[in-house]
Amino acid sequence: MFDDFFTRALIAGIGIAIIAGPLGCLVIWRRLSYFGDTLSHSALLGVTLAYSFSFNITFSVFIISAVVALLLINLQKRTKLAGDSLLGLLAHSTLAIGLVLIGFLTSIRFDLMGLLFGDILAVDVEDITIVYLGGATILLILYFIWKSLFSATVNYDLSAAEGMRPEVSNFIFTLLLAGVIALSIKMIGALLITGLLLIPAAIARNISSSPRQMVISATLAGVVSVIAGLFVSLEINTSSGPSIIVVALLLFIISLIPLEIKGQLQK
Amino acid sequence: MAENNNLLVKLDNCGVYKSSKWIVRGISLEIHKGKIVTLIGPNGSGKTTSAKMILKILKSDEGQIKNFASKMAYVPQKINIDWTMPLRVVDFMKLTSHINNLEIVDALKLTGVDNLLYNDIHNLSGGEFQRVLIARAIAKKPDLLVLDEPVQGVDFNGEIALYNLIKKICSTLNCGILLISHDLHFVMSATDHVICLNGHICCSGTPRSIVKNSAYIELFGEHNATTLSLYQHDHDHSHETDGRVTNNV
Repeated sequence: MFDDFFTRALIAGIGIAIIAGPLGCLVIWRRLSYFGDTLSHSALLGVTLAYSFSFNITFSVFIISAVVALLLINLQKRTKLAGDSLLGLLAHSTLAIGLVLIGFLTSIRFDLMGLLFGDILAVDVEDITIVYLGGATILLILYFIWKSLFSATVNYDLSAAEGMRPEVSNFIFTLLLAGVIALSIKMIGALLITGLLLIPAAIARNISSSPRQMVISATLAGVVSVIAGLFVSLEINTSSGPSIIVVALLLFIISLIPLEIKGQLQK
Repeated sequence: MAENNNLLVKLDNCGVYKSSKWIVRGISLEIHKGKIVTLIGPNGSGKTTSAKMILKILKSDEGQIKNFASKMAYVPQKINIDWTMPLRVVDFMKLTSHINNLEIVDALKLTGVDNLLYNDIHNLSGGEFQRVLIARAIAKKPDLLVLDEPVQGVDFNGEIALYNLIKKICSTLNCGILLISHDLHFVMSATDHVICLNGHICCSGTPRSIVKNSAYIELFGEHNATTLSLYQHDHDHSHETDGRVTNNV
């Protein structure tokens, strides 16, 4: 069944959507969407380094994203520049370094478009294995730190006072985000990863009234977007990554309808 | 000393240094099981900072903190829950502990908001939210409970009921309570130890002794100081204080 490139794409995409569901909820709860962007921009540098030194791409992207995340935490302690300025600084400078390095790689034919938008139709069995093993690890860790992470998202002081060790779970969460970006860069691409994290979670917020509901809905919305997006791309021959995001956007618009009706009823 | 078994927290000359100045300094205090310690002081006097030091949210930059509390619960002064987080009262109650719905309802009953169990937390009024915050802390059955302005936004009758509840919880759970409060009436009538803060400890002692203290009178103005003395006078009918009250006026 793994013989067919389309089936492989479906399996890999669904795997990523499942990991992105809960992490995406945390990203929008914590207002970290720009942080996700920064990590994925820096992922480009990770890919370049992987090509230069023939590392494994996923591993290299994870390391670079993690380093950038730690740099950010460190910079925040050292300067009084606002968080979004620091994020912009890191995002664009790592992106620039990545692009400069690509210039040196004259010997390798480089598919820049593939890097920015991913190519889910090119995944092989090894990629699928990495996605599922890595994804299972991420979700397992997330399960264990969930209470701490969630309470710190609601209120950091309260979480710290009541012995939840939020500083530890925050740190781990940063690494998990770097992990999900590393796992999905090949398939979704650096520019669209944050979309797959954010949009399903945003859809879920419109139709959920509890955190658990939101996590489940976000995961489902992600899975539906991946399946529908891939079929659409196959049917009308569009690029797969962007098609997935467009479907997610359509779902988001549909998810606004119940809110609208509720608002009308309350009037 | 037998009392040492009941010691929950001991601060010895602690302080917090931030942006090149001391927010609070020279804080020494003890909190014991079954006792209520109250921090009073003007805005910006370091009440919340001191509480955060006790709760280990902030590190003390000098001195020593000994914390023997095994479970702390906290009612912060301000909580903003972003709309992007869908949260019902029942979810909020379980935030840092694994408790079942029965325990949750029991705690919410104590503060009179058990009917809000499945309500969206974003739609609560200020007073209702405050009651949920207190219920959440109580439901944890802590041995140290820290309440930062716990009754803000609560209506007058509710305020009295909640203060009575806090007093009751202190004895039923035998927990130590650190209270930050502006309600000097309650402070003077129900707490065991009062600490008057203004960047440092101005004065401290039993409510009875503190109203006599000149530092306290200076900090709160003669009017308040006298009200309280009168208040005490009303309730213990002690004629010794009579003369002192008139002296203060």
